[in-house]
Amino acid sequence: MAKLILSMDGLVLKEITLTKERTTIGRKPHNDIQIDNLAVSGEHAVIVTILNDSFLEDLGSTNGTLVNGQPIKKHFLQNADVIELGKYKLKYISDTPAAAKGPQDFEKTMVIRPGAMPKAGAPAAGPGASQPMGTMSSSQGMPAMNTSQGMPTMSPPPAAPAAGASQSMPILNAQSQPQPTMASSQPMAAGRVASIQILSGANAGKEMELTKALTTLGKPGVQVAVITRRPQGYFITHVEGASFPIVNGKALDAQAHALNDHDVLELAGVKMEFFFKT
Amino acid sequence: MNLSQAIEIASCTDPGIVRSHNEDSIAADASRGLVVLADGMGGYNAGEVASGMATTVITTELQHLLEDNPPYRADPLNGRPYAERMLREQIEKANTSIFQAAQSQPQYAGMGTTLVAAVFYDNRVLIAHIGDSRVYRLRDEVFEQITKDHSLLQEQIDSGMITPEQARFSQNKNLVTRALGIDPTVEPEIREYDTRPGDVWLLCSDGLNDMVSDEDIGLTVQTLSANLKLAAQQLVQMANDNGGRDNVSVILVRVLRDFSVPRGWVSRLFSWLR
Repeated sequence: MAKLILSMDGLVLKEITLTKERTTIGRKPHNDIQIDNLAVSGEHAVIVTILNDSFLEDLGSTNGTLVNGQPIKKHFLQNADVIELGKYKLKYISDTPAAAKGPQDFEKTMVIRPGAMPKAGAPAAGPGASQPMGTMSSSQGMPAMNTSQGMPTMSPPPAAPAAGASQSMPILNAQSQPQPTMASSQPMAAGRVASIQILSGANAGKEMELTKALTTLGKPGVQVAVITRRPQGYFITHVEGASFPIVNGKALDAQAHALNDHDVLELAGVKMEFFFKT
Repeated sequence: MNLSQAIEIASCTDPGIVRSHNEDSIAADASRGLVVLADGMGGYNAGEVASGMATTVITTELQHLLEDNPPYRADPLNGRPYAERMLREQIEKANTSIFQAAQSQPQYAGMGTTLVAAVFYDNRVLIAHIGDSRVYRLRDEVFEQITKDHSLLQEQIDSGMITPEQARFSQNKNLVTRALGIDPTVEPEIREYDTRPGDVWLLCSDGLNDMVSDEDIGLTVQTLSANLKLAAQQLVQMANDNGGRDNVSVILVRVLRDFSVPRGWVSRLFSWLR
């Protein structure tokens, strides 16, 4: 069960467990969480909880609702989010870190039977259609839904599209390059970034950073190899063609080969150097 | 009609980093243009039993049926391709087998499985799916998801509660709304798509798409489509590099050439004489 910790001026006032599907917050006494302060609207906000996920929605309050300092209309709550209503703060603690005690079981796929659980769409269609859930499908709720404002973790890494666009060396024939949307979001590539510099042929001297999860080298139909970026480092693997890539004068086999700093690769008659950026 | 010259299939399945059992099960028959993938669930080894039963029943039965019945022939009942009825009936049969085993053997109680199955014929592909195992397609540099999960999360996305971007952070990823073997009957979602030479179809269990972003999956399929086996291994490796919290299975099908059924009487005669 997720919970909220209500505090004001750093003083903890109350701890509330989110047991209900809808937990209302406001100044009036019928709210599940009553905050008797004039800066808080009568019906200020609501938290809708579906299984392990909680969504906060502002109910058109006079003074607004902030999450982590950003005003929100609707927000998908993440662990340790801080909700602010006037001077009051509510810290959201999802108990999913507790999944650490059994992450395996927690992630196992399970069947949910229709009827056994409130359906996702049900609250919107339920008797509370005039209530906040209903506004989600209306145009009023949409802008708030679409922005990632207030949720910085969800914006894509800004470097990725730029990297995809700038990599356009003729010899490095990654088919994916015309498509910036295909650029890797590179979630796994930890550690240092490496580069390839071409040593011979028409493109001698050109350099390319290996920022994507996969970069292909060579000429399609003749000889192609791929360099994969993994947590353990960079690896080169033969993809197609009769001859295999040559690393430091030795031809590879079909297995992936780990690359070291200053290795010299040869592919389709072109020599290039692999090195780590400092 | 033997499709082994027209389509190429590569597959890979792995228990992942965290789990000891592989509850996924895959089967493929290039000559009959048939691929099946199932992701089982249930305690102890029941998940493996359920997914294994699903792939075995559907593959062996369809192999027999496809031998004698052209899948592209129109079904006299509804005019749909005959493949659709065959697939639907075999899914139903697999469902019954799993359901009865779960009912009769206490150690299998509650077991079930997701399913994706595809039959290729006449420049078309018939896709059936249940649960959150997926089909993606790469065509002309566009990589897109073809099936829509039967899951709580998908329902939340459909109703506008959360956006697909937010869905990546949801805790409710593991709840499917449909599965094979859970109830006495099951309703698979079956659709037919055209397919062209150059298309690459990807069938995968959620162990792939939960661990690897669609962009990275698309990038891999696209860059490595010349070497399908490597692409399959690479996808599994990426899921494991990112944590490998679930079993991961992939089947890749690349369409090499046109495999339309000869239509005119002359060509029919020729194919009959051959």
